[in-house]
Amino acid sequence: MGDFDWSSIPGALPFLWDGMKTTLEITVLAVIVGILWGTLLAIMRMSSIKLLSWFAAAYVNLFRSIPLVMVLLWFFLIVPALMERLFAIPRTSDTRLSSAMVAFALFEAAYYAEIIRAGIQSVAKGQIAAAFALGMSYGQAMRLVVLPQAFRNMVPLLLTQGIILFQDTSLVYVSSLADFFGAAYKVGDRDGRLVELLLFAGAVYFVICFSASLLVKRFQKRVAI
Amino acid sequence: MGYHWNWGVFLAQVPSGGTTYLGWMLSGLETTLALSLSAWIIALAMGTTMGVLRTVESRLLSGIAACYVELFRNIPLLVQLFIWYFVLPELLPANIGNAYKQMNPMLQQFTAAMICLGLFTGARVCEQVRSGINSLPRGQKYAGLALGFTLPQTYRYVLMPMAFRIIVPPMTSEFLNIFKNSAVASTIGLLELAAQGRQLVDYTAQPYESFIAVTLTFMLLNALIMGLMHRLEARTRVPGYISGGG
Repeated sequence: MGDFDWSSIPGALPFLWDGMKTTLEITVLAVIVGILWGTLLAIMRMSSIKLLSWFAAAYVNLFRSIPLVMVLLWFFLIVPALMERLFAIPRTSDTRLSSAMVAFALFEAAYYAEIIRAGIQSVAKGQIAAAFALGMSYGQAMRLVVLPQAFRNMVPLLLTQGIILFQDTSLVYVSSLADFFGAAYKVGDRDGRLVELLLFAGAVYFVICFSASLLVKRFQKRVAI
Repeated sequence: MGYHWNWGVFLAQVPSGGTTYLGWMLSGLETTLALSLSAWIIALAMGTTMGVLRTVESRLLSGIAACYVELFRNIPLLVQLFIWYFVLPELLPANIGNAYKQMNPMLQQFTAAMICLGLFTGARVCEQVRSGINSLPRGQKYAGLALGFTLPQTYRYVLMPMAFRIIVPPMTSEFLNIFKNSAVASTIGLLELAAQGRQLVDYTAQPYESFIAVTLTFMLLNALIMGLMHRLEARTRVPGYISGGG
């Protein structure tokens, strides 16, 4: 049981901050793309066109039934080689960051789609009937009546999912991409101070996620309809 | 495209001999199942205890349970796993820490992953148990106490039997999650299903077959558990309740 030695952390802060920026980049992009694609999937899933609803259901069920680690491995090990084969993209550039972003966006969209579907279904049926009665088209009814209310109900859940996503981005470790956790691990490994760096990383994640979830709770009380 | 599909690769002998690649996959599946089920037992025990504590009046006890939940929900699973695997042995008294480090590596990885997944999932189970108990009308608790039950008896005979039946649906998704999350254990070198799939990519020139097989196995496992849990849900549904709390 060695004594703690935290001295490798101060010097490594710029490197750790670069890692945190990567983590945030992946999180923000995946949240935005995930919500957009997830909304489309949710609308498709409720569509009366069989092919669309079938596709959306298959997509959501596929991504929800496999581990995120597996999805990431697909995107790090298999997809780049496949792209190279299909489109003759040279593999000189480092595609790990973009692979991670695509993987998280596609994966999270399946989870967002379910949150959004539940949100849309929570809007009273009379609302859409009223919108049709006012002469709105399906698109207008969705955009002007249903979605604004649905999003208000869902925002806390979407944000909570964002916090989960922020935590899950640490799994890019499987591609040894230096996100915040990857950076902390590398520094700890280099200096033989893995124990301190892992505890530090855990503490940082805890402070960020705990404060964020407190904010979400506060916000939830304010927007509740 | 120039890729040679060869599903027969699973029947080929591994370089070290003694088994086939299919044998590796099956042993990976076995580890995944053993890890998930043993972690689930920890999660149920911990989640139920803490979930009950969150609903008692004692500020201290419910505070302890709340700290447990916040701590385990706000640190990424991967970080928790690394802390259990790399940090804990250093923090334990020297003789226990050394005994742990001298264990068979596979057993070390398995123990760390089991405790980690169990406590991680336990925090989520705790919240389900709490919301299950809180969804019961208050009168149930008072009726139990009025009948002369002690508080533990009221929980044991009145509240818990109802609460457990109500939370079966949300627990189904936690149960599914524990199988999916078990794949994270591949990062500390535990040869569960995902790790075996990755190993096959390194050993054979057939990455697609290996990844497709692993992915399909996870999907199949998911469908199988979902089917089982639906039957359990149908049998435990409380008449008059539409769905679970959670």
